[in-house]
Amino acid sequence: MPLHDRHKQMRWRNIVVALILIGLVVLFFFITIAKMGSQS
Amino acid sequence: MSDITVIGAAEAEARIGQVASVRDYFALLKPRVMSLVVFTALVGMLIAPGSLHPVLGFTAILCIAIGAGASGALNMWFDADIDAEMSRTRNRPIPTGRIERGEALGFGATLAFGSVSVMALAVGVVPAVLLAGTILYYVLFYTVWLKRRTPQNIVIGGAAGAFPPMIGWAAVTGGLSLEPVLLFAIIFMWTPPHFWALSLFQREDYVKAGIPMLPVVAGERETRKHILLYSLILAPLVVAPYALGMTGPLYGIVAGVLGLVLVALAYGVWRARDREDGSYREARRLFGFSILFLFLIFLALLGDHVLASVL
Repeated sequence: MPLHDRHKQMRWRNIVVALILIGLVVLFFFITIAKMGSQS
Repeated sequence: MSDITVIGAAEAEARIGQVASVRDYFALLKPRVMSLVVFTALVGMLIAPGSLHPVLGFTAILCIAIGAGASGALNMWFDADIDAEMSRTRNRPIPTGRIERGEALGFGATLAFGSVSVMALAVGVVPAVLLAGTILYYVLFYTVWLKRRTPQNIVIGGAAGAFPPMIGWAAVTGGLSLEPVLLFAIIFMWTPPHFWALSLFQREDYVKAGIPMLPVVAGERETRKHILLYSLILAPLVVAPYALGMTGPLYGIVAGVLGLVLVALAYGVWRARDREDGSYREARRLFGFSILFLFLIFLALLGDHVLASVL
């Protein structure tokens, strides 16, 4: 596989990891809000 | 010495050339199995009495999906050797060398730990314990212990796939009762005829991989008999939720009809025992229908529940 293709594939992988991490941050934020709401 | 170095370099070059893509990691999660797990868990959650905050409900389903995916990745890690032998599995990411075994182990273990932890912290301890139990049961009890040792592997191991609706139910109620146990029993009894139908027309693969599936150990005739017996038990079992007053007539009718079709197809598999031409038409038909069967049973449960809450 040519180097630029590998870089392209790794770049796409890194973007997906970043999106998953952002998604988790958002999810944990909403979980916190939901848990706080159920306690009040 | 120089030959070894040259071969090593060529292998290293080939390995460097293969970068695992996002699709490869996704394939480790066994997405098709995951979709059925998510669907049955979702139905278990939606028909359970009580309510759950939508965000927590979404989190519970996400944890169940990721837990199921983790089980799939750990299964592929342990079974990489036999996956390479079978035509159905030899294109998986580990046998093709796109993902290292160690990577799959780390990926699966991380997802398993993460999904159980989030389930415990966000949703509840009972569903988290059930999820952890399901992952351990599938990986240790089924994959590591039973699969290569006994022809009853799929009977006992099938329980792992039957847990999701119980987890979904427990996420809402915080406990268990007869209803989720019935849902468990339906999937538990559905698994053997489903996989035995597959193993009839994939028998050679299992022989090559040395897995003691029923057709390999006891023969096709015995397998066909077992398929029919399990279908005869499953048909009344799917009607049980209606018979016990847990659902309305809509579910009862759908389950009754589906059960009869399943038994008819299983009887067709049994009848073909002495005139099999190698196409395994009846077994393939039963296998295909069994997937639809489980999907429609759970869809009917959900439909009946929605109908009852509207009327």
